[in-house]
Amino acid sequence: MNAIDPLLFVLAIPAGAAALLAALPGYRLSSSINVIASFLTLSAALSLFIVPREITDYFLVDDLNIVFIVLNTFVGFTTSVFSATYIAHELEIGRLTSTYLRFYHAMYQIMMFGMNLALVANNIGLMWVAIELATLATILMVGIYRTHEALEAAWKYFILGSVGIAFALFGTILVYMAAQPVVGEGLQGMVWTVLIQRVAEFDPALLNVAFIFLLLGYGTKVGLAPLHAWLPDAHAEGPTPVSAVLSGLLLNVALYAVLRFKMLLAANVAAIAPGPLMVTMGLVSLVFAAFMLYRRRDIKRLFAYSSIEHMGIIVFAFGMGGPLANFAGLLQMTMHSLAKSAIFFTVGHIAQVKGTQKIVEINGLTGTHPVLGWALVLGVVAIAGMPPLGIFMSEFLVVSSTFSRAPLLALPLILGLLVAFGALLLRLNGLAFGEPTGSKAPVQASYLPMFGHLALVFVAGFYLPPALVAWFQHVASILG
Amino acid sequence: MPNLAFDIAHLLAGSLVLVSFMMLYQDRLPALINVFALHAILLSASVAWQANIQNEPYLNITALIALGFKGVIIPVSLRRMIVRLGIHREIETVVGIGVTMLAGIALVALSMVVMLRVTAEAAPLAREDLAFALSVLLLGLLMMVTRRNAVGQVLGFMSLENGLILAATGAKGMPLVVEISVAFSILIAFIVIGIFLFRIRERFDTVDVTVLDRFRGEQP
Repeated sequence: MNAIDPLLFVLAIPAGAAALLAALPGYRLSSSINVIASFLTLSAALSLFIVPREITDYFLVDDLNIVFIVLNTFVGFTTSVFSATYIAHELEIGRLTSTYLRFYHAMYQIMMFGMNLALVANNIGLMWVAIELATLATILMVGIYRTHEALEAAWKYFILGSVGIAFALFGTILVYMAAQPVVGEGLQGMVWTVLIQRVAEFDPALLNVAFIFLLLGYGTKVGLAPLHAWLPDAHAEGPTPVSAVLSGLLLNVALYAVLRFKMLLAANVAAIAPGPLMVTMGLVSLVFAAFMLYRRRDIKRLFAYSSIEHMGIIVFAFGMGGPLANFAGLLQMTMHSLAKSAIFFTVGHIAQVKGTQKIVEINGLTGTHPVLGWALVLGVVAIAGMPPLGIFMSEFLVVSSTFSRAPLLALPLILGLLVAFGALLLRLNGLAFGEPTGSKAPVQASYLPMFGHLALVFVAGFYLPPALVAWFQHVASILG
Repeated sequence: MPNLAFDIAHLLAGSLVLVSFMMLYQDRLPALINVFALHAILLSASVAWQANIQNEPYLNITALIALGFKGVIIPVSLRRMIVRLGIHREIETVVGIGVTMLAGIALVALSMVVMLRVTAEAAPLAREDLAFALSVLLLGLLMMVTRRNAVGQVLGFMSLENGLILAATGAKGMPLVVEISVAFSILIAFIVIGIFLFRIRERFDTVDVTVLDRFRGEQP
């Protein structure tokens, strides 16, 4: 690795910023540093496109993970902008103190570091360590309000997350055990690029068991039913920037880990096909979450269940495999990250201005706060998959590729999509329209991150740059 | 002599499973903490023996961490913590001990069947180690499920991690990064737990998780 490798910066900037933010008092300075550090990380991530790539025993940059890294750092940056105004309000009303904010900002950067490390890791052990680090940082952030609910959410997240992470480690050890007779002892047995070349010679039985553990383990982090129980609580009780990052990023990082192992299994013909397992888990999550959407009373929980639903669709698409479904999965993942974090930005401002997260207490937003209200409408319309926005396009691709290859599976898929669509629009109607209730206080917020994301989702519905399409098609073919 | 080496490794890993069973039926926290300390000490002996027979001296570091950190520091501090919180009372388990033990036996049988079957080509030591490790892992999970008390769940989680370390050291030549990370993650996990317990104590005056359940956000 040479001295000016941007990869180094992608990791070093968040790590350095975390240390700096832990040492600095004063939230104004800290939140600006948080934004600047996130921006620099994004720039470093973008420059990964132009520099020559180098594969080492620990790090890897290829066409697949570069998509994840850029998405990760981009949403990380916009969330840090949102977080700056959000936090100022929380401090004003006394929900957080400046000591906690110091901790919060440091944790934010540690989480970014963990996620970036997981994405660039070429070593499956290192990837596990990084995901664990990011998980621990988010657990601490979820519990930061120290209310009853926040502590319960953090505890639940901790217990379920640890069990998931333990399963993932056991799966990782099993992969090493399978690799050891072929690749030999030592570091090489954990290097992903070495594994993928030699995986055809591995013992398939051991790989099968390993994949079950890995899918259950990392699947807990993706939020797949029935291991999703931590997700709604963690989203609802933590600070809203954390909800945005959880939905938009951490779920993707765990999904990325699942995809890497799926590629390993797919390359060994004697092992079980990973696709059907993922298809089943994805469909169950989708249908389950779609019905659960109807009973939500808390606005952040509503969108947390919508995240489970979308992760279900994405895992389903990647489980189907093939160029079209993989392409749709990638697009859906990108669009979901952008749209869902935009919704959480909006919801964060709404909850602050109304002083509540209960859906029944929020009505007629377009009357009292037109900007927030219409942003919410746009966001929910996007996430529900209404044409002509970006998510409609990706969901359409998922459905049509399912119809052409496994028409029977399309039935539960469409059922789930329609049920979720109905639930979201039903709730939206109450939230955005009707007789206004609650505070009419003006909102002090930066709308930039919110509308930036929504604009991208909107444009993607009409026009995708040919370069992006070509890139995604290429990645889809790698995924197999 | 190679047979003796194998037998001792076998004995140590097997005792770890037995001690996991002992943890299942303890109904008082101080006793549970003692049994956990024994679990950690056995793990450390097992790892040290692996270091010896595999000729991998760096595994001794893992053994030392297991002994010092999980065998001494954590039990001592947990003991002080429960004294300070005043929770020497009985642990309320969710299901009866008889049922728990039966479920435990079933889980061990399951892990033997699964692991011995799929690792037919691996070295005998590694495959039996792996079967024992999966048993310890599943028993730890069972313990987390059957305890309502937060301290009990944490102890269950740590015994589960002991199983993971057993598996990692049994896999010959597994890179160092994993062992250190496992030990390190336990350290971090414990800090997390410590903070949480402290906060839970501060807010609820109890560490009984069922009490936390009442505060679910979605009650109308």
